[in-house]
Amino acid sequence: MARATYLEAIRQAQMEEMQRDSRVFIMGEDIICNVFGTTTGFVDMFGAERVLDTPISENGFIGASAGAAMVGARPIVDVTISSFLYPAMDQIISIIAKSRYIYGGQARLPLVIRCCLFYGNSNAAQHSDRPYSMFMNVPGLKIIVPSDPVDMKGMLKVAIRDDDPVLCFEDSTCWSSKADLPTDPDFLIPLGKGDVKREGTDVSVIAVAGAVPLALKAAQKLAGLGISAEIIDPRSLVPLDRDLILKSVRKTGRAITVDPAHQTCSAASEISAMIAEFAFDALRGPVLRVATADTHLPFSPAIEKSLYPSVDRIVTAACRLVGVEHFDSAQGTV
Amino acid sequence: MAGTLWRPILFTENAVSDRPNDLSLEKFRRMVRIREFETVAEAIHAAGEVPGALHTYTGQEATGVGACIALRSDDYMVGNHRSHGHPIAKGAKLRPLMAELLGKVTGVCKGKGGSMHLSDFSVGSLGETSIVGSGIPVAAGAALGAKLQRNGRVSLCFFGDGASNEGAFHEGLNLAAVWKLPAIFLCENNGYAVSTPVSGSMAIVNIADRGRAYGIPSAIVDGQDVDAVEEAVAAAVDRARAGGGPTLLESKTYRYADHAVNMGRLTLNRGPEVEVWRKRDPILMYRARLLEGGIAASVLNAIVEEVKLEVQDALAFARESAYPSQLEAFDDVFVERLPIPAWLSEDII
Repeated sequence: MARATYLEAIRQAQMEEMQRDSRVFIMGEDIICNVFGTTTGFVDMFGAERVLDTPISENGFIGASAGAAMVGARPIVDVTISSFLYPAMDQIISIIAKSRYIYGGQARLPLVIRCCLFYGNSNAAQHSDRPYSMFMNVPGLKIIVPSDPVDMKGMLKVAIRDDDPVLCFEDSTCWSSKADLPTDPDFLIPLGKGDVKREGTDVSVIAVAGAVPLALKAAQKLAGLGISAEIIDPRSLVPLDRDLILKSVRKTGRAITVDPAHQTCSAASEISAMIAEFAFDALRGPVLRVATADTHLPFSPAIEKSLYPSVDRIVTAACRLVGVEHFDSAQGTV
Repeated sequence: MAGTLWRPILFTENAVSDRPNDLSLEKFRRMVRIREFETVAEAIHAAGEVPGALHTYTGQEATGVGACIALRSDDYMVGNHRSHGHPIAKGAKLRPLMAELLGKVTGVCKGKGGSMHLSDFSVGSLGETSIVGSGIPVAAGAALGAKLQRNGRVSLCFFGDGASNEGAFHEGLNLAAVWKLPAIFLCENNGYAVSTPVSGSMAIVNIADRGRAYGIPSAIVDGQDVDAVEEAVAAAVDRARAGGGPTLLESKTYRYADHAVNMGRLTLNRGPEVEVWRKRDPILMYRARLLEGGIAASVLNAIVEEVKLEVQDALAFARESAYPSQLEAFDDVFVERLPIPAWLSEDII
């Protein structure tokens, strides 16, 4: 075990899988100069052929990853920032998500597309997106959103070994978080298995990506108020660990979903709907969503930060749910 | 009166093929096979047997066959929505192709792709993709995969004139050029993007000219002449295999039918140009060349008769085949089957 950051976990996962399997290679913009530190030393270790800088040509190289995967290579595509997926929507949705299906299972696309959720730092509306829920609406894409270094390492390794396309969203607000990383080269966390990050009895807080550390801090505060919050991290959105979420909600009778994405059609919305549909009988109040306001993210720090989920918003939501048994749903979400 | 007449550019009007005679007959057979398959497909579509749209390849046979005959059987190929001709040209069996048209479980895509997606991976296909231009980056990626794995294969992409105006065309060509990938980009310029003539969508005449912008050698080839196409593709394949990088080829050809069956009649009156092109029909031209080269008419006629039986056999097979079960809708989204929703599983299990 060695203390390491979330970014270092990404580096280790990629390094170990590239050592393990010579079919794995990585490509993306400025991989060699290594902007975020997830490919340090890779050219020396693996050679320039397996560590490819690309032109700024997302539709081209993301599409190329599909072709390479179909002929037996296992690409990791580093797309830097999540908004850069948009020029490649055609390839991601019409080719990567659908090729296996439309050709009746003849195609296999073992590829990973990585990008970071780069928000909260005055990068303005075009560079601050958290778009995973858009892709949840497309069958054929597995989606992971690890929130700590251990999950990141174990899940990214599994994503690289998976025979289906996986989108890995890396929350930049988690980059510097540290943990003891397992050194076993076969340390693996299966996709579709959520995790109880903190046990509790009064309210279930189902948090996504960078909202998990916020929920854990909120749970500490709530404990001081005599409220026991259970924090659930789905870790992967596709497949989604419905059983773990529903089990927790059935236990506590209350649910809050927390998601850094814009609220409408967010992962929080989908999880809330799922809870309302399958655990309605267990609920003692409405399912509340704590997500980002449905407006663009402004540049000015004076008005950006308050739009995201926060510890205080989670605490307030939990107090309202626990303190008011017959919460007036006409007041809307928190 | 939409439409532009361009004069075909003839490189090899009098070319003598140096390939063995049996390949000549195979080229003839495959072109006839495409023509007969399409003839039957149109008939059963008109009779209501084929669900969805039908984009026929009739008129473009020499391009598909000339290109595929220059490939090894394990070379990769990516095509487009006009998908019937490519797999037949590459040597695919007809039964699964016809069954796919009818949406049957024995179809090459188990009934999930249909007419626009007749992709047979067993002959090296990596997709017949119906979003215009989207196959080009995929073909570049297959070439990258071939290069990384040093398997000596090349990757050929068929696309239309319309696709060359998509960003994917420019991105795919640039990637292949900068990484010197073993790729052949073969534009089947049939004169129209649905109803819009090439002159209405580009300010230049030749798509091949675009290769220069990426440092890719390019050539124009007479798309009605199967030998000319074969020769041009073979040269590009040799270059690619030798590590010389990609080539852009523009095949000047023509589709006789509408963009899709019943789609163009109201908007497109192409006038006498259809008859002009029919005089340079790829099968008639090749038949004449073979006869001139000493092949007996009876040999060619026998091939035509054999192909007719083969297509009828495929049709009978397709008709007799079962439709997929509802469960099939949940297979192949991922490697593992998706869970079946409760509301549906009550009905079908």
